[in-house]
Amino acid sequence: MAMPNEPQGERTNYLNKEYGVWSWLLTTDHKRIALLYLMSVTFFFFIGGFFALLIRLELLTPASDLVQADTYNKLFTMHGMVMVFFFLIPVVPAVLGNFLVPIMIGAKDLAFPRINLLSWYLYAIAGLLMTHCMLTGGVDTGWTFYTPFSTAFTNTKIIEAGLAAFVAGFSSIFTGLNFIVTIHRMRAPGMTWSRLPLFVWAHYATSIIQILGTPVVAITIVLVAAERLFHLGIFDPKLGGDPLLFQHLFWFYSHPAVYIMILPSMGIISEIIACFSRKRIFGYNFVALSSIAIAVLGFLVWAHHMFVAGISVYAALIFSFLTYFVGVPSAIKVFNWTATLYKGSIRYDAPMLYAFGFLGLFTIGGLTGLFLACLGINVHVTDTYFVVAHFHYIMVGGVLMAYLGGIHFWWPKISGRMYPEGWARLGALTVFIGFNLTFFPQFILGYLGMPRRYADYSHMPEFQVLNVLSTAGSTVLGIGYLLPMLYLLWSMRYGKPASDNPWNAAGLEWKIPSPPTTFNFEEEPVVTWEAYNYEELDAPHKEEVPVAR
Amino acid sequence: MLDNFPLWPERASSLAANVDALYIFLLIVSALMTTIIYVAIIYFAARYRRQQGVRAEQIEGSTPLELTWSIIPFIIFMVIFLWGAVVYFKGRTPPRDSTEVYVVAKQWMWKLEHAEGQREINELHVPVGQNVKLIMTSQDVIHSFYVPAFRMKQDVLPGRYTMAWFRATKPGTYHLFCAEYCGTQHSAMIGSIVVMEPAQYETWMSGGTTGPLSATGEKIFAELGCATCHRTDTQGRGPNLQGIFGKPVLLEDGRTVVADENYVRESILDPGAKIVNGFKPVMPTFQGLVSEEQLNALVAYVKSLSKPVGAGADAAGVKPAVAVPPAGATSAPAKAATKGSQVKQ
Repeated sequence: MAMPNEPQGERTNYLNKEYGVWSWLLTTDHKRIALLYLMSVTFFFFIGGFFALLIRLELLTPASDLVQADTYNKLFTMHGMVMVFFFLIPVVPAVLGNFLVPIMIGAKDLAFPRINLLSWYLYAIAGLLMTHCMLTGGVDTGWTFYTPFSTAFTNTKIIEAGLAAFVAGFSSIFTGLNFIVTIHRMRAPGMTWSRLPLFVWAHYATSIIQILGTPVVAITIVLVAAERLFHLGIFDPKLGGDPLLFQHLFWFYSHPAVYIMILPSMGIISEIIACFSRKRIFGYNFVALSSIAIAVLGFLVWAHHMFVAGISVYAALIFSFLTYFVGVPSAIKVFNWTATLYKGSIRYDAPMLYAFGFLGLFTIGGLTGLFLACLGINVHVTDTYFVVAHFHYIMVGGVLMAYLGGIHFWWPKISGRMYPEGWARLGALTVFIGFNLTFFPQFILGYLGMPRRYADYSHMPEFQVLNVLSTAGSTVLGIGYLLPMLYLLWSMRYGKPASDNPWNAAGLEWKIPSPPTTFNFEEEPVVTWEAYNYEELDAPHKEEVPVAR
Repeated sequence: MLDNFPLWPERASSLAANVDALYIFLLIVSALMTTIIYVAIIYFAARYRRQQGVRAEQIEGSTPLELTWSIIPFIIFMVIFLWGAVVYFKGRTPPRDSTEVYVVAKQWMWKLEHAEGQREINELHVPVGQNVKLIMTSQDVIHSFYVPAFRMKQDVLPGRYTMAWFRATKPGTYHLFCAEYCGTQHSAMIGSIVVMEPAQYETWMSGGTTGPLSATGEKIFAELGCATCHRTDTQGRGPNLQGIFGKPVLLEDGRTVVADENYVRESILDPGAKIVNGFKPVMPTFQGLVSEEQLNALVAYVKSLSKPVGAGADAAGVKPAVAVPPAGATSAPAKAATKGSQVKQ
């Protein structure tokens, strides 16, 4: 490994340049804003996780004994809302993307630094609204807000929760807008599209979805509020509305939103796998373009959430058919990552363990997606624990594994310190085991027919064994998530100072100090190399090192 | 061991085996793909573990390989799609000879009414081997009628009918769940489907009823004065309803619609929505004047006007395979009738 070069404490960097609350709250430095986001999304992650833990504890026994039905309904609703809108959607783009996209393309900052700060403030306002909503009663509709329950029946705080999601949506739109302009306009000389790290490609694709999809959910929320407040007949059939219209509008955003969550994570995986196998990603062009393909095709499949909702048989056929198209680019990615390992020089550091975990879990998540896209099976398993397990494999198994891998991988750059490797490997292993123990039983539970969102299953005691397994797993998983939180905080003070490039990795972010200075680069870099030029990094004198196996 | 840890629910409908076969096929495909990917990853990770003095061999990529692992999965996907579509199509197409049960869902209860007139709550009795079509609507929010043992699920929406059907193949009592979140007592909106041998079912059915649903509908039809305009000759101000059910209807604006359950329902609640060619929009709405149960009865009545006489089905639309009590048999009030009298509207 590369040596730590010089004493780190002396250098001026983005962290020690200024001190004080205002230097953070009024910063326009994309790296500091990334850290503001890091703190806020971590806060919401543990709030959402706490709800999850209560849900699992309640389901330990069939009867509704720990909490009452109303409370349980609020718990899963707020777990979903917090995790989706306040964690999964912003987590990778707003933290790692914010920190890395400008550096990776050789820019000083994002194109609109102040809009970037505004994004965080919108997120914070939305977060405060959500927190206030939760503290003063919460919502009980499920994060899906299905009408007419949400517009005419529940007496919980729909408007406030909707407003929180609405404002958070604008935060997401601004981030996407910022990335698109930045990637188009601020690439350093020589940083052509075909030299962009796949992490940047993934964020570009994500941004397209953010700016095209998010307005639709914003409009939908406004319509729900209008019907609730002014009794305009939009979704409620009693007022002449159509409840299915809501589902179409909601999933038109919320299905692509899954790709907002997973695409940036896929970008992380490409970076990690390349670095720890010392290879250029196999089929770079295909991996890059598959991100765009997912972004585009992702807009054409929304009604696969509605196969039993009352849409016509023919609509169902079309949406099932199109859904299989979106499976192909995802499969392409997995195959290319696997092929990258071939004839690599592989190390098992913690980020790579997380990447392996991602591949394992995302594969299962993706394959069970084939079950759900299959009309004949969907009818039986939709709205059961099978769906719950499936999307947790994608969103938690996929997104969270990749995010944790990314946080470890770039932690030296972000904090200037190394994390403790042994603890980190233990953490990765704990998360992987805990995750599978929690969610795998839910596939079986779902096929057996246990519906989701059930506070009480006393009439179905046969479901208990699998629920106990799942709850046991969730405690392991919880420990797995607390571990990194603790040792990463510890490492900020006691960790070994990190060198500029502790992994000897390719990419512009590793050519600048750890942590970087405020404007990232002393002078504008000129890129003369392809992405993932590990060959040059590892063997400046090629002929001396044998390749043969 | 395996008895305590079943991997699928009981198979109690004609569709269940089809769904499970497809499921097992998908399990095999997934297991194969997972194995290929996992073995490759583990093998590469172990085989190409970093060693001193050995560096990675750079490989740019390979278009033929990319095409291979795009096209082969896609072909497999298409097989899954087509097979799934066939099973779905079967599950969504009620056979013509189905008996009919009207389902009204409300927070948090299932109300079921057989075309023969028996009413039940949170419980549905059906005979083995009989095709049963469910005509469902909700009084409030969206619910979903889910019977895992039948591999059957259909959302139940307010303001319209959605349909489902099944043919039970095995006597027993099976879970009925509400699968669409519907508020506080969502998880208590459960019930059971009791599948009986035909003989047993006959006995159960011979319990007293108020007569077939269509007869109830006929009474309501008369009480509401519908017959004043919907006369059985051509002189009425409204269309003659004899024989229209299931037939295409030419509308004033040139469109043609099939007079199905949803059309009849809409024509009662929102008569101006689809005006039959040659008539004037003079009918007042009955929105708020008829309950969901009365609507069901009216629909059953209109439907009964189209049943061909002597074509093997009586006025209530019951398949002769199951013995039907004579219409209007009102002997000792049995379970169903007692229950029916408790139904709130």
